[in-house]
Amino acid sequence: MADIVLDGVVKRYPDGFEAVKDLDLDIADGEFMILVGPSGCGKSTALNMIAGLEDISAGELRIEGKVVNQVAPRDRDIAMVFQSYALYPHMTVRENMAFALKLKKTPKEEVDRKVNEAAEILDLNEHLERKPANLSGGQRQRVAMGRAIVRDPKAFLMDEPLSNLDAKLRVQMRAEVARIQSRLGTTTVYVTHDQTEAMTLGDRVAVMLSGVLQQVGSPMELYNNPTNLFVAGFIGSPGMNFMPASLDDGVAHLPMVDVPLPQNVLDRMGREPGKRNLIAGIRPEDFEDAAKVDSQTRSRGTTFSAKLDLVEAMGAEYYAHFGIDAARLQSSDLMELRDDAGGVEEKSESGDTVVVARLNAESNAQSGKPTELWLDATKLHFFDAGSGQSLTYAG
Amino acid sequence: MEDDTPRRKLLWTLAVVVVLVYALIPVIWIISLSLKTPETIGDGRFLPSEWTLHNYSDVFSTGFFTAALRNSIGIALIATVISLAFASMAAYAITRLEFPGKTAILAGALAVTMFPPISVVGGLFNLWRQIGLYDTWIGLILPYLSFALPLSIYILSAFFREIPWDLEKAAQMDGATPMQAFRRVILPLAMPGVFTAGILAFIAAWNDFLFANVLTSTDASRTAPVALAFFRGASQFTDPSGAIAAGAVVVTVPILIMVLIFQRRIVSGLTAGAVKG
Repeated sequence: MADIVLDGVVKRYPDGFEAVKDLDLDIADGEFMILVGPSGCGKSTALNMIAGLEDISAGELRIEGKVVNQVAPRDRDIAMVFQSYALYPHMTVRENMAFALKLKKTPKEEVDRKVNEAAEILDLNEHLERKPANLSGGQRQRVAMGRAIVRDPKAFLMDEPLSNLDAKLRVQMRAEVARIQSRLGTTTVYVTHDQTEAMTLGDRVAVMLSGVLQQVGSPMELYNNPTNLFVAGFIGSPGMNFMPASLDDGVAHLPMVDVPLPQNVLDRMGREPGKRNLIAGIRPEDFEDAAKVDSQTRSRGTTFSAKLDLVEAMGAEYYAHFGIDAARLQSSDLMELRDDAGGVEEKSESGDTVVVARLNAESNAQSGKPTELWLDATKLHFFDAGSGQSLTYAG
Repeated sequence: MEDDTPRRKLLWTLAVVVVLVYALIPVIWIISLSLKTPETIGDGRFLPSEWTLHNYSDVFSTGFFTAALRNSIGIALIATVISLAFASMAAYAITRLEFPGKTAILAGALAVTMFPPISVVGGLFNLWRQIGLYDTWIGLILPYLSFALPLSIYILSAFFREIPWDLEKAAQMDGATPMQAFRRVILPLAMPGVFTAGILAFIAAWNDFLFANVLTSTDASRTAPVALAFFRGASQFTDPSGAIAAGAVVVTVPILIMVLIFQRRIVSGLTAGAVKG
């Protein structure tokens, strides 16, 4: 077990492309750190540099206080779980797990003991003598984990270990990974593009975009207090709603309603940002069916009427979609988010921009009908339309 | 699509028989010749009228042919092993590493195979006599290597390309040196390729007549195909055809054994289960 420090780490390819730009990251001993971001954001490259599979172009990587930039992967004492699992197909499960120990010339009894122990944790006892080809996807994934566990390394590196599993198994293995990590208390760096995995697994989450670290923090910090448009939109599902806004004398003009801002939001913004172009961000759950909000809470926000295009019943709640009359926002961060979502954007009949609201399950909201909605003004986020930086960030 | 009507079966059987007969008649003819007595050897009958094993005992009665067989086996095996050892390392480097001159090496390897052996054998004859390699095992192993290596490199690099690179990274992370990763992870997975290359290299060396004929002169290194050509009858007036036929049959046996052993190892899909694609 060890702490890992990335100090101004850069990955520059011979053609000049920088996959990772000046990355500073302190990973504490025993911490579960998640690197998350859309594909091509440099998260896997960063992981490979920690592993030693990629050279570090500039900056320093320290493990347990020692600079390891030039240390070969085999001497870093770090275990890695690959997205493809990379099990040795010609070896049985037992041989796969014992491989690293055998290379270290560990006595046979100890190898057996450790393999059996790991197999116990991972529920693989019955499969030890089988070859990877005869295992299911979930079992292969566990063997890959087992191969890391038996070594008792300084740290685990995991490169999207769950992305090859089907949805149900993924949720199950996610819990498994969290359980094993907290049981072993080994420093773990986990790369994923799935914000749900990032939120549920990590002690802390580092969000990356185009090789640049956007924000590091606990899942709730990222969720409640994003530093820019990209982090705000990337974390959370359904994602945060964005719309153009302007600010005038403590009142925010949103496309559907004017909202007098409460003191806490004004305080967070500090000085009045003037009449600049702003982007307002509202999380779906900060809307509510006005009929279901008690009068005391109601004073925190503003009500307005919206014609719902679509109401999705999720059982525990409704997702209500409605259009607002606002031009589509132009921002590089938002373009990245759209690309990450597959390049499609929802369209509405009544406006160019669609807003999703999360409503109480007891709501009477119906599609095609105008409904009175309430908006929690204390939870509003504002971003600079040009730079994408948050104006409400309380850092 | 698969309808096993009797008619269909019959046609298939017929087709198989035709192909088998076409391929095997020369072999059977040689075997038949080798079992005929010297008196009936020219009778032109497909099956011998008088069966005898005399030709076989004749072949082995002098040390001449036994020595040639020993040379053949030794030279072909050594050439195969050396070519596999070098080819697997070269192919691995070519598929996995970026280094200057990579394409030049591949092109060079290909160029070597393009020379007709007959164009180099004359020069080799003179050179070998000058430097003392004439009529030695090494004198034959070297030219065989120059033809077996490029072939093996091509076959093996195709196999190495199929092996997921993640496996090698995993081995590195598990604490393996590059050599250990190669020997314990990559090579076992490339075994089908190694055996394929091995069989081809062995057959090429075993069947060679040209180099063996020109570059040898005595029992010290004369190989079996050449020895066959040197057979003569028991006396000046005996037709040696029976003995030559017997020798030809004997020469095929090691190849048969090689192929039978190795083809069992050539199983496809050995990498199944390594990664989920």
